[in-house]
Order: sequence, then structure tokens, then C-alpha cells
Amino acid sequence: MLIGRVVGELVATHKHPSHEGCKILLVQPLNLDGSNRGDPVVALDAVDAGVGDRVLVTTEGFSAMTAVGRTQSPIDMAVIGFIDQIELVPGVA
Amino acid sequence: MQLGRVVGCVWATVKNPSLEGYRLLLVQPLAADLKDTGKRLVCTDWTGAGAGETIYWVRGREASIAFLPGQPPSDSTIVGIVDTVHRAVAKPAKPVRQKAEPR
Repeated sequence: MLIGRVVGELVATHKHPSHEGCKILLVQPLNLDGSNRGDPVVALDAVDAGVGDRVLVTTEGFSAMTAVGRTQSPIDMAVIGFIDQIELVPGVA
Repeated sequence: MQLGRVVGCVWATVKNPSLEGYRLLLVQPLAADLKDTGKRLVCTDWTGAGAGETIYWVRGREASIAFLPGQPPSDSTIVGIVDTVHRAVAKPAKPVRQKAEPR
């Protein structure tokens, strides 16, 4: 899973029927210091996240499909949670 | 899934029989500002997208699930045509909350 920030939303009229009725979010993966990590990804929304939220993104098909509640559909990323806080253990991290 | 733009078509006359009948398109991955990023790749197409259109594509095992009950041996598929991308406006920094001084 990735830590990311929702930076936008996509509007797509013509898309796979399994994506209908779901928000399609643009999520920028983040490093632990909050800096950007690579390019943003497109993920379906399973928790009603919005722009600006810090979220948890799954990047694997089965977990993404089950989170959105649509098995056997072409979904490989989904936003599955909000991140409130990250705690690094001093001396270990 | 990732943003991309269709930049071309790929023809393959001789191919695995289970790939027969599927369109193959050349896709340029895009960043959030819709500028090119990374290397181009070949995707099977579920949507019927044309050259120059902004799309989003799915990678991995899920790429062939788009075509169920067909199961083409594909690892990247275009699954939607993007009309618009609403991007976040940079948020003003939150004011630092200061502790109220005891009176």
C-alpha cells in the first residue's frame, strides 16, 4: 500500500461499466517526509475521499476490487483509508 | 491505474490467437499536469479511444479482466476516456494554533 495525497478528480463519460458510480481520484504518492514520490496515479474511491486528503492507496487488483465492492472488474488501485497520523519509532526507523 | 494519451496504433498480423480482434494502441503515460512522463507502451483498448485522446489505463492481471468473458493475454488495457481533470488548487498554509496564555 502507498501513502498519498488526493490532488484531483477525473471526469470520464466513457469508461468501463464497473467504474460507474465511483469517484475516480488522482492521487500523488508521498514519501514519509511529505515530498512527492513519482508520478500521480489514478485510483477508484472506496472511502469517499476528497481533494487534499492524505490517504492509503492499495496498488494490487484483488484488494482494490474487493474494497470497491466490484469483483472481476479491471481495477488495480483504490483509496481504502484516511491517514490521521504516522508515528516513526525512534532508533528503529 | 494511470493517466495516458493515445499516440498511435500498433498492428500485429501474426499474434497469439487469443489476441485476435483486440485493438492495440500506443500510449504515452502522463503526469497530473498532462505532460509526458516515462516511456510509451502498448495497451489493448476497451474504450475505442482515438489518437490524441486522454485516457486512463489499468495494468497487470486486471487488464484482461476488462474483456470478460474474453481473456486476451494483455497486461495493460485502456479502460476509460478522460473528459476533464479537476486538479486541486494549492491550499493556503494552515495558521499555526498557538496555546492560549494563562491569565
